[in-house]
Amino acid sequence: MKKLAAMLMLATALVAPAVAMARDVTIETSLVQYSGHAAYLAVYLTNPDGSYNSTLWVSGQKSKYYGDLRGWARAASSAGSLNLDGITGASVGGGQTLTVHANLADTLLDAGYQIHVDTAVENGGQYADDAVIALTSTPATATGTGYVNTVSLGL
Amino acid sequence: MRRFHSLAGLAGAVLVIFMATTGFILSLQPIADAPTTAPATGDLSVATVADRVAQDLPGVERLVRSASGQLVAYTLEDGVRSAVVVDPQTGLASGAYEPSPLFTFVTDLHRSFLMGSFGHGMAGFSALAILALAVSGMLLLVAKMGGWRKLFSSSRGTGAQRLHTELARIGVVVLLLTSMSGAYMSAVNFELLPESAADTFSFAPASVGTTVAPIASLDALAATPLSALRELSFPAVGDASDVFTVTTSAGLGYVDQGTGAMLAFTPNDAWQQAYEFIYLLHTGQGAPMVALLVGLGALAVPLLALTGTIIWWTRRSSTPRIVHNAPWRDAETIVLVGSEAGSTWGFAATLHDALRQHGQCVHVAPMNDLRGSYPRATRLIVLAATYGDGAAPASARQFLGKLERFASTPSFSVLGFGDRSFPRFCGFAAQVDGALEARGLRRLVRFSSIDRQSAGDFAEWGHLLGAQLGLPLSLSHVAKLPTTRKLVLADRTLYGVEVQAPVAVLKLAAPQTRLAWLGGGLPHFEVGDLVGIIPPGSDVPRYYSLASSSRDGVLEICVRKQSGGLCSEFLHALSPGDAVDVFIRPNPAFRPARGRRPLILIGAGAGVAPLAGFVRHNRNRRPMHLFFGGRDPASDFLYRDDLNEALDDGRLASLNTRFSRVLGGGYVQGLLIDEADALRDLVRQGAQIMVCGGRDMAEGVRAALDLCLAPLGLSAAALNQKGLYLEDAY
Repeated sequence: MKKLAAMLMLATALVAPAVAMARDVTIETSLVQYSGHAAYLAVYLTNPDGSYNSTLWVSGQKSKYYGDLRGWARAASSAGSLNLDGITGASVGGGQTLTVHANLADTLLDAGYQIHVDTAVENGGQYADDAVIALTSTPATATGTGYVNTVSLGL
Repeated sequence: MRRFHSLAGLAGAVLVIFMATTGFILSLQPIADAPTTAPATGDLSVATVADRVAQDLPGVERLVRSASGQLVAYTLEDGVRSAVVVDPQTGLASGAYEPSPLFTFVTDLHRSFLMGSFGHGMAGFSALAILALAVSGMLLLVAKMGGWRKLFSSSRGTGAQRLHTELARIGVVVLLLTSMSGAYMSAVNFELLPESAADTFSFAPASVGTTVAPIASLDALAATPLSALRELSFPAVGDASDVFTVTTSAGLGYVDQGTGAMLAFTPNDAWQQAYEFIYLLHTGQGAPMVALLVGLGALAVPLLALTGTIIWWTRRSSTPRIVHNAPWRDAETIVLVGSEAGSTWGFAATLHDALRQHGQCVHVAPMNDLRGSYPRATRLIVLAATYGDGAAPASARQFLGKLERFASTPSFSVLGFGDRSFPRFCGFAAQVDGALEARGLRRLVRFSSIDRQSAGDFAEWGHLLGAQLGLPLSLSHVAKLPTTRKLVLADRTLYGVEVQAPVAVLKLAAPQTRLAWLGGGLPHFEVGDLVGIIPPGSDVPRYYSLASSSRDGVLEICVRKQSGGLCSEFLHALSPGDAVDVFIRPNPAFRPARGRRPLILIGAGAGVAPLAGFVRHNRNRRPMHLFFGGRDPASDFLYRDDLNEALDDGRLASLNTRFSRVLGGGYVQGLLIDEADALRDLVRQGAQIMVCGGRDMAEGVRAALDLCLAPLGLSAAALNQKGLYLEDAY
């Protein structure tokens, strides 16, 4: 239900003028095997000029730790306000995979938009731009630099 | 309380052992980490160190300083992330940061059993279980020792009980500390308690300028000493509006990378401070020795669980079921049992069976089950043990309260069970006897007491009771006997025949069989333990103190011939080669304390046997002083040659004797009074006193010692509290 709501919200936020011209996009982020607390993740979209567009998903229940997702927090703060209703979930443990569904306008594909994944672990690393992948119209995979093993884009 | 402690302990044993063991392993981590942690010496500021690090490691994103002082830099260069340990003095990387996989794994086990959130819950539950066990155990110990102030006086009981008590005393502080802190951390993890008052996320402020100043020149960072640093996040490369995020022991702040000003600082609130303190307390980070001490304390837990289980099992298996127990409404005789360890129940069962055989209708119940009235009862018999220093045992705590509302008027008899080595022997039973008399009930048989489950005392009381009831009551109580071993008499020496007090020193050995090497040898025993011997024609064992340990290869006892004594006559009639069935009853309460402090040994007649054994085994030449009382040096000076030899080679420091059948002679009590100065000297040095002999002799010795020690403000009972006065009286 939550995910559905999230999808609807994103749909209205991003692609209201052209609902028909939208694509279901799946972003799968698999984490490396590590021991320790489960990771907080932020999955967000940036514009071709690198500025913040929108947040797709935040993993982790305690919002006071969101500041540790530094790249995302810095980007999102430029937007002024932040509404995460319906796009948060549980933190992700080592070796697990987070799947985020989004309904994105066709105009965003192959246009220089990028999907960023930030990660942070309590008493562990905090990685801004752990993985970055371009939003393309064909499925693609990129490797992470920290807790992220791979991030892949499915359409 | 005891029930709770036992059941919770049994149920939680596995969890609790697991937590304690993993906790102990983790306590070694700070020590293992010590070589890679450089102390933060001098007055290094965060600005200086961050500047050096940034020069050596251009891709640095974050600096983290652990409680132990280790500085780790997280870097991103050419898309590759790494973590390196940094020397704070030089700012140079000194090697890759590689947390030990073992400790990481054990930490996970300890925190969550590798089962995620469910495991986290179990760990929290384990912490609560340890806390509950520690608290209930401490209350039990307080009740047992007779008050908070006596909490640290010497413990008594079986080996398992003493070990359990000693370990608990050592470990309880650590267990309270770790379990409370662990439970707190768990509660925070599950958000039952807040980690901080404000728990919402807010965006960091932005730097004002467009310039980037050298890190070393940033005022707010220069004003922060390295020793206060927890974490420093560097601004993103190429973003002049980003800030330094600095976490210190005091709070969280943001520093402008152009002006060096502190843009916002949130001090830690009380919740955060509490959490940090509790985290340090639990993990011992930054204090390796404290961590190790805490870890060693935790190691007491598996042993506590083991000894606790033994105690529970012993108590359980020694509580018999009463067969054909009559309902209380029909019974003419009510037998109430107040028992702590369960051994008194065996006597109750014997009494029940004997009365039933004579056609009596008997109901047996715990003292706590006293009814308001018994419609048909004409007799109330109370068998009451005493717990610790005169307190009621577990199954009798509510008895005196219920007695206030007791309406029947049967005649009564109270039999106390106890151990004479306790200062208030049978104190609770005597109290019950007094309370019943105060209710106006008629006493059937005078108040009697049974010392250390003596079957002889019990049989004697049975005769008294039988006489009153007009029944030939014969109570032969056989405590569940351990399996016996067959030994043969190897050697006997007879003393004291001339003074009408024949004492035989008997040496028993394992029979020479071809299978001896298969374990058919001697059972294990120490000097001062008791050997149980069941004479032919009786099923009640008699106990003798041992003068040897199993390492000596013989089992040696001194047996005074009692006229009409079934067992002593049997033993005196043995010739070498004859077989005897024996079993060992450990007597850990009668052993010298470890150490080099002087030992005062006081014995009369055959009671010298274990004392001579202690002297014989005194290889460390600890100062031992023996006071011996006999009848005639020419006839019953037991172990004379042994003792003189020990005097010569230093195993015995002094030997004082007194004989009663010689001119100007007397008893060993008188000898003590004469040697009062020497005794006081020894007691001042912390000497331990061990007394072995008949009951009258022991009583006399106690009175004499009280007299000798009065100038020091001490008494036998006071020394007994400290474990410095031990008695083996028979």
